Amino acid sequence: MQHDHVLTAKQFSRADIETVLDRAAAFDARREGVPPDGSEHDGSDAEAGVSDRHAETLLGLLFFEPSTRTRMSFETAIKRLGGDVVDMGSVESSSVKKGETLADTVRVIEGYADALVLRHPSQGAAKMASEYVDVPVINAGDGAGHHPTQTLLDLYTIREHAGLDDLTIGIMGDLKYGRTVHSLAQALTRFDATQHFVSPESLALPPDVRYDLDEAGTSVHSHTDLESVLPDLDVLYVTRIQRERFPDENEYRAIADAYGIDLETLERAKDELSIMHPLPRVDEIDPAIDDTDHAAYFDQAHSGIPVRMALLDLLL
Amino acid sequence: MSDDSHQLRVSKIKNGTVIDHVRGGQALNVLAILGIDGSGDEAVSVGMNVPSDRMGRKDIVKVEGRELSQDEVDVLSLIAPDATINIVRAYDVIGKHRVERPTEVVGVLSCPNANCITTGDEPVASRFAVLGDGVRCAYCETLIREGFADHIDVE
Ligand SMILES: [Zn+2]
Repeated sequence: MQHDHVLTAKQFSRADIETVLDRAAAFDARREGVPPDGSEHDGSDAEAGVSDRHAETLLGLLFFEPSTRTRMSFETAIKRLGGDVVDMGSVESSSVKKGETLADTVRVIEGYADALVLRHPSQGAAKMASEYVDVPVINAGDGAGHHPTQTLLDLYTIREHAGLDDLTIGIMGDLKYGRTVHSLAQALTRFDATQHFVSPESLALPPDVRYDLDEAGTSVHSHTDLESVLPDLDVLYVTRIQRERFPDENEYRAIADAYGIDLETLERAKDELSIMHPLPRVDEIDPAIDDTDHAAYFDQAHSGIPVRMALLDLLL
Repeated sequence: MSDDSHQLRVSKIKNGTVIDHVRGGQALNVLAILGIDGSGDEAVSVGMNVPSDRMGRKDIVKVEGRELSQDEVDVLSLIAPDATINIVRAYDVIGKHRVERPTEVVGVLSCPNANCITTGDEPVASRFAVLGDGVRCAYCETLIREGFADHIDVE
């Protein structure tokens, strides 16, 4: 994998994605004490020879938006590789509060760290940051733009649960502002996937993502309700519809109810249907589904560690 | 003679730029791109829907006392891809250029996405890739397919 920065899911070829997922699977197997070659060993990452290599590695964490989960996941991943983090801390306590530009902030922190992990509310922030520094920049979410590392862990989960070949996937909820959706949809064009998008008209895919899917010649179908397409799906990727997108509470309730799922919804689904969600969920997925074989979302959350370990290991 | 009838419509200029073969109906957008709204002191003549052998109907814009910059020509190419730019000095056409679509335009258009990193206080210039049927922000990937003149950010 030859990349200086990780900015969008679009930059990855199919081979890139498979390289990361294979490496992640090896880390995963190692943690479970089962090396890919089936031999016996003590289950530590040290055995892979990665600890030494990353012992001096410092990952700079720059989170301009709150995100406990993604931040912890990156921190855990680099520590498991033997490295450590330097964390900018919250925006409230930093120079940004005093009006410093992002271009200045990254040029300063570049001097402290071997790579920067950036979450920022503005679209294109990671791309701009990458033009100002020499160390790798990893986009951990830029507004409604991209979230490529989430996509890699989503793909990892899909591969484990349903396989990436001949996949029929439904992606439901807030497709307009959902950056995890944008990145996933673009990455899936690298595979032979049929994508069904389920959302209210007002939250449909933005034209620029639609443009990329059309350019890729991928098979795209849009629906306003799940019912007709549910029986065909191997994976249903559910996202949260945010209250603040709607001026009116009643309108929000009606939409949120229409795009939530429970056990009754799933009666028409395949037995093998895997349900995913980038989490946190509010009430899009009834907790009664958690105990069924359909639920893949906690697995999905856990795969953030091996996938980010793999990505960092390949990048640094 | 066709030349005479042509001159009745749009008079000759001494020094400046003649933008010819503008698609019919786009002359006002050309003026917008050039930042000409009548408040400045340039003498401007505009011909609209002038018969043209090549284009059927075309618009033509003559601006006295001003030679276009490359940036301006780049953006003109988005709305007037067939235009010819004639630079006039002392009544003579000293340069004649067909506009060429650039692969990108930098610092000319402003991104319509209020959440784009280029619209804040960062030192970065706007950058748009030119596609077959529009332009796309290199940072937030927003597409602009029409109304380019609304996004012009030329000084
Ligand atoms: Zn933009």
